[in-house]
Amino acid sequence: MTLFKSREALLALAILVTLGVIAARFPAFVAPSNLANVFNDTAPLMLLAIGQMIVILTKCIDLSVAANLALTGMVAALMNGAGVPLPLILCAVVALGAALGAVNGVLVWKLGIPSIVVTLGTMTIYRGTIFLMTEGKWVNAHEMSDAFKALPRHVILGLPVMSWIAIATIAVFAVVLARTALGRAFYAVGGNPHAAVYAGLDVGRTQFWAFVISGALAGVTGYLWVARYAVAYVDVAGGFELDVVAACVIGGIAIAGGAGSLWGAMLGALFLGVIKNALPVVGISPFWQMAISGLAIILAVAFNAAQRRPRGRLILREAAQ
Amino acid sequence: MGIWTKALATAAVATALMAQAAAAQDVKIALVVKALGIGFFEAAAKGAEEAAAELGDVEIIYTGPTDTTAEGQIEVINSLIAQGVNAIAVSANDRDALVPTLQKAMERGITVISWDSGVAPEGRMMHLNPSSNALIGNTIIKLAADHLPEGGDVAILSASATATNQNIWIEEATKVLPNYPGINLVATVYGDDLADKSYREAQGLMATYPNLKAIIAPTTVGILAASQAVTDAGKIGEINVTGLGLPSEMAGAVASGATKSFAIWNPIDLGYAATMISYNLVKGNAAAEPGAEIGMGRMGTATLDQGNEAAMSDPFTYDASNIDQFKSIF
Repeated sequence: MTLFKSREALLALAILVTLGVIAARFPAFVAPSNLANVFNDTAPLMLLAIGQMIVILTKCIDLSVAANLALTGMVAALMNGAGVPLPLILCAVVALGAALGAVNGVLVWKLGIPSIVVTLGTMTIYRGTIFLMTEGKWVNAHEMSDAFKALPRHVILGLPVMSWIAIATIAVFAVVLARTALGRAFYAVGGNPHAAVYAGLDVGRTQFWAFVISGALAGVTGYLWVARYAVAYVDVAGGFELDVVAACVIGGIAIAGGAGSLWGAMLGALFLGVIKNALPVVGISPFWQMAISGLAIILAVAFNAAQRRPRGRLILREAAQ
Repeated sequence: MGIWTKALATAAVATALMAQAAAAQDVKIALVVKALGIGFFEAAAKGAEEAAAELGDVEIIYTGPTDTTAEGQIEVINSLIAQGVNAIAVSANDRDALVPTLQKAMERGITVISWDSGVAPEGRMMHLNPSSNALIGNTIIKLAADHLPEGGDVAILSASATATNQNIWIEEATKVLPNYPGINLVATVYGDDLADKSYREAQGLMATYPNLKAIIAPTTVGILAASQAVTDAGKIGEINVTGLGLPSEMAGAVASGATKSFAIWNPIDLGYAATMISYNLVKGNAAAEPGAEIGMGRMGTATLDQGNEAAMSDPFTYDASNIDQFKSIF
């Protein structure tokens, strides 16, 4: 347990050092108001990373989150255009997102198809569905109602609603993962599936619920994304699923399942968020930006791997003594 | 991703092949766009269909990758070659990467032209610019300068750093800068035609250059995202977002005042003209050589220059006075 704690401390330290380096070049970046902006900008990534983390804990992966986000976002925008009231839209996006996640879950659970294949397929299907619904047309700012666009921007106690939704979701899942049977089951199923079966857990069903949670969170994020950028189209959040997986990996979530903490994933998302927001202001050539983002990911993962290595040696040495 | 795109492309090709057996005599013209689902190209496809209806014996195959990559376009073009189309009219994601594939197409007797975003000369027979590049470069700077009588700092928010057309316009814009005293171009950033990245880059510009007076985005995704970023930052009236956009997408930004004016050529006309030119080249009504005049139906004729390039028409400026008239069209 101390190992995970120290990894998160190191990640937090890495974020602070990065902020320090950026501040040296561009002091306004670390102004509280700008940091709040960065947090708000990272909120969608954090929401999706919570879901992705739970899926990864169960030895699965969900590549369809960004496509799910784009589809639910488009449906939200179209419902808004049809005059559906906002509370109903919010319920609908969660339900639709969860349903799309459930499709992944059922295929993994009942047909035993590897999750990477299932979600690769549904990713394309969900994006294709947007195209079929709209024939490639965009829903633009002037076609959305003001209330629809205003909700994620509404500021409460210095932070926009979008940030508060992320904070509330983190709080809920911190409790769910630590204190509920389902939360512990996610760890158990990924950590040792055989032992989990003997303990009376249904591995497939647990994975199914992980996908449903990931889908529901993608649904909420879909509305937030579309309302925030005031535009919905086929390619919304293209490639974002990789950022989400990267946030989890940087946060020390074991790709093999069963290990990792919510705080790690959140710090991983924040780290990526800081880098994404800092690169435009520090004036680094765009040709270098992608390389720097990629390097940060590899460094973080290499660091995680190096950290994990001594554990095995230590046990052997102790056994030999 | 690769496997799925391929599988989908194969399925699409199979369907298309079956559909074509019935109309074997038609001239098959493939309109290959940067990515499907972009309003500008959907409008161009409408224009192509209009030309096809006018010509009668033309079948339009409107296609493209699902994301703006050269790799995706190469796959699409390869499947079109296998399908035996008569002409390929492409708006390229990369000036050079498509050349070998398009050369292969020309070796098989397929007429290849580029439009909107060009391919290097060895990879196509001719290129149709929506307007002259010099005119577009001048227009985007003029749009900003018109609302800055006192001068001031302006920045460019482009698409991807490798986009052929945007890079040429920015180059032309930089050339005419001395004609606009007081206009100070402080930065060029790239939003990759992604709404979220463009939004973040616009935020970055506002943070880095506190005296910024205008953001020029010569791309429909960028101008929309920048307008939204300026609106959210509460800087309407302080920073004017301008550049190239579509009336249907920009109506909100013009209404809110984030964008005072912007320009675009008519994408319907562009798709129409590209189709007409392809048809005339396939039928042998004209040859693609310097000085040649190729008919574009209702758009007049295109005259090729030394580099086998032609310009369609002047960009048109939209503002609060005329946007309502055009926003339902494209």
